[in-house]
This record gives sequence, structure tokens and C-alpha cells, in this order.
Amino acid sequence: MPDYKKDFPLLAGSDVIYLDNAATTQRPAQVLEAERRFYETKNANPLRGLYDLAVEATEEYESARKTVRDFIGAKSEQEIIFTRNATESINLVAYSYALSTLKPGDEILITIMEHHSNILPWQMAARQTGATLRFLECERDGTITEEMIAAAVNAHTKIAAMAHISNVLGRRNPVEALIRRVHAVGGVVLIDAAQSAPHTPVNAAELDADFLAFSGHKMYAPMGIGVLYAKRELLEKMPPFLTGGEMIEYVTRESATWAELPHKFEAGTVNAGGAVALKAAIEYIRSIGFDTIEARERELTRLAMEEMAKVPHVQIMGSQEPEEHCGIISFTIDGVHPHDIATILSEDKVAIRAGHHCAQPLLKYLGVMSTARASIAFYNSEEDILRFLGSLKKIRKLMGYED
Amino acid sequence: MGTFYNEILTDHNLHPVNKHELPGANLVLEGINPSCGDDIILMLKEENGTIVDGAFTGNGCAISQASADIMIDMIVGKPKEEALRLADIFTRMVKGEASEEEIDELEEAGALREISHMPARVKCAVLGWHTMEEMMGKKE
Repeated sequence: MPDYKKDFPLLAGSDVIYLDNAATTQRPAQVLEAERRFYETKNANPLRGLYDLAVEATEEYESARKTVRDFIGAKSEQEIIFTRNATESINLVAYSYALSTLKPGDEILITIMEHHSNILPWQMAARQTGATLRFLECERDGTITEEMIAAAVNAHTKIAAMAHISNVLGRRNPVEALIRRVHAVGGVVLIDAAQSAPHTPVNAAELDADFLAFSGHKMYAPMGIGVLYAKRELLEKMPPFLTGGEMIEYVTRESATWAELPHKFEAGTVNAGGAVALKAAIEYIRSIGFDTIEARERELTRLAMEEMAKVPHVQIMGSQEPEEHCGIISFTIDGVHPHDIATILSEDKVAIRAGHHCAQPLLKYLGVMSTARASIAFYNSEEDILRFLGSLKKIRKLMGYED
Repeated sequence: MGTFYNEILTDHNLHPVNKHELPGANLVLEGINPSCGDDIILMLKEENGTIVDGAFTGNGCAISQASADIMIDMIVGKPKEEALRLADIFTRMVKGEASEEEIDELEEAGALREISHMPARVKCAVLGWHTMEEMMGKKE
């Protein structure tokens, strides 16, 4: 197996076993260098300067947009809005699209397994417009069937939102079926691709998603750069989310006209360095290839889950099939609080997440207060997984249990 | 590296002698850490300014549970002022600001001193102590 960790300065220079990739990934040198190179050689305020440097900064920024467009299969660069992260992308849709279109009696449909960032904006939109927020509940293992979708979507469904892959269960949701059903009743669908974009090919046009949101920092790019894809005809009708510089065409004392897409939705000086680094991250992903990424993550997930199943008192949340986890393994240990699990693993330099994973409604639905979560990226090695397992096996004894 | 989860801590977590209801408690307060779900109900019986009995119920991580159990061991039989003084030392210990002499006074609670290097877990360790401080404050 090639050693991909050497591409990642933090991993190459540390003995930490990093298994919190669903929270944020590490960044390869190529990405860090791209951001640095932008600020060292192309830095000027993009989109408004008339001198060469500003033109170059603009070209770099827009070139990143083109790379993102290709990456997710959008038809036009006008459909790619740069944001800070998936959270901001979803808020943009909620504040702009939802507030300007929803009426009392309309319904917003989301699933019980959404991340808080795909719940709270819709609670806000429902509260402000008088629409109703409804939850599609999965089976205990995370399964959502077409029948469950068919039963949940109705003539009042104006907006639906769903995680492509759950950040707790790692389950890939049937987004295609949801999109089909909601389109049939004239609604629109937002796909939260934060957990899918780094790990599997995502094609917004093929999915026929109306909105699709993801974060750069979960896919080897820096924190603070994210993407909203939206169909052009929707963006054209939507009012701006934030207002200010860059996003206008003409301003008088009383009013303004908006800039063309996508700039209408990018108020203020943009994160050009972040966008350039996101482009480098996408190029890095392409250089590895999703085939390799998926195969390695599948293999490591299988190893981890098969061995975890042999450890007494370890319970894996969701499906028991490694193929249905996309590298995300949430688990509990009988009699040991997840925070203690994470602390004990940390003593062995194994970094995992513990808590509610910003998905409290799901955990409540599944009847747990919190879980521990190991999440795998392609750069993890078999040794990482074995170190994690070795540490995991000691926990009950360390906590004073006699088994 | 040794483990933070020493025997004192794990023993108080698995076999908390003070984890039960307390009929006749005249001071009862719930303490919660919303971010991690630690949730305890602290019950004390106070007579003439002295804590004569104490107990707790609830759920949470080993640190929060053991710390509450140890605290009750320490404060029962002591005047309120003394309990509050120990709480002050404990709070400073977990921030790494207490002296060796002060930590000695905390007896078993000193087993939690290393938490000063674990900022994410400090709030677990102080949950019982802060709940006690809050209930004493309310009584004033």
C-alpha cells in the first residue's frame, strides 16, 4: 500500500492516529502550498482591480470555480457559489430561497439523521413563514426506503433536505428517490454532501439536485471555504443572502441592482486563497482517484468493523455491514461513557470524536445520549486501525471491569 | 504514558457509595453539562450550617460521576464554609492554579489533578462541585 501520509505534513510529522476525518480532514502539502503561492504571487482583491495583479487574482479565483464545477458536474460556473462551509451554504438557501417562497401550509421535509446544520436553518424558515417542518424517520439501522420517502412526500412538500451520507451512521441515503418524488410534486431538494463529496463521486446534474452543499475542510482543503451548488434558474429568482460589496451592479442612495450570478451571492471580499486551495484539493483527489479512495476506505472500514465485532461490549451503531458505513463508525462500549472512550484513546494518541455529533435528534431517536465515532480517510493505514483496535480492547479493563 | 483513569477514579465510578436517593435532603439541585450530557442531581442535608449527609443520582462520564462521589465523601460532616473553601481549591486545582499543600487537603479529589491538562474534560470534573457551590449560594 502506498504511504499517502507523506503527502500530509501533519501526519508525516506526528505519531497521532487521526480517525476524526468526518469532523475535518488533514490537508496535503499541495493544498497548503497552493494557498501560500496565491498569497505570495497573486494576491490582490479579486473581481474589482484594474491592474494586472488583480486580474490574475480574479483568474485564479474563477479558475477554482471552474474546477469545482467540473468536480460536481454542474452545467455552468454560475451555479457554483463559494461560501465558508456547508453550514453557510444551507443557511443561504434557507434565508434566501425558503423565506421568499414558503407560505403557511407548506411543508419542509428533512430526515431525523440530519446534522444540526441541516435542521436549524429549516426550523428558522418554518418559524418565520408558518410552514411546517416534518421529519422522515429512518429504521434503527439507518435505512430509508423508497416507500418511506413516498409516504413522507406530499403535495405540500415544497423543500426537502437530506444528507447524502449520514455523519453518524455513515449510511448513504437514497437521495435519487427523494429528488424524484419531490420533483413530482413540484418541490425542490437540497443535498448535504458534506460527508460524501470527499469520499465518493458526486454529480449534481445527474442527481438532478436543486441545491447541494459541501465544505472544503472535510475534503483536504482549508477551513473557511465551502460550496453551494444551485440550479441557475433558482439562483436567478432568489434574493441575495448577504449584501454589500462585490455583489452589486449599481447602487443609489435608496436601492441597488444585483450583480450577475454567481457574484450576487458572494458579498464582500471573497476567500480567494481558500478557493485556490480547494482547487488544489480537488486536483489532489483526482490524482489519487475515487476508485482508490473508495477501495482503501472500504477495506479499512471492513477491517475495523470485523475486529470491533469481536470485542465484547462494543456496539456499532447503524448497519452491521461495512459497505454501508462509508468509513464512519459510531459505537458505544457498555458501561463506558463515550467521552471516557475518547480520552482513553487519546492517551494512546488515537484521535476520535465523542459526543452527539451535531445530530441530537437522531441520537435521541436511537435512544443514546452520545456515541464515540471513528471516521476513516484513504490516508489512514492498516496500522492505524490496528492501533485503534488495540487501544479499544483495553478500555473496559482500564475502567475497572473484570470481564 | 500512564492513564489518567487511576484506581481511585474508576473505583468511585463503578462503585459510588454516595449514588442513591437521600430522603430528607433539604438542599437539592440538578447540574448539567449540555454538551456532553452529564447530568447529576445533588442532594444534601444541612443542619445548623453543617452538611450532615449527602448523595447524588444521575448519569454521565466516569469523571463527572467519580468526582461527585468523592466530593460528597469529603464534605459530609463539614461546615458549609469549609465545603465551599474545598470547592474553591478544587476549581483552582483543575485549572492548574492550586499549590501542593492545597491539593493535599483535597485528599482523594487530588486524584483528578491531571485534568488540568485536559481542558475538554474540566467541566466534567467540576460539575458536582459547581452544583454544590450554586446550591449553597442560593441558600444565602
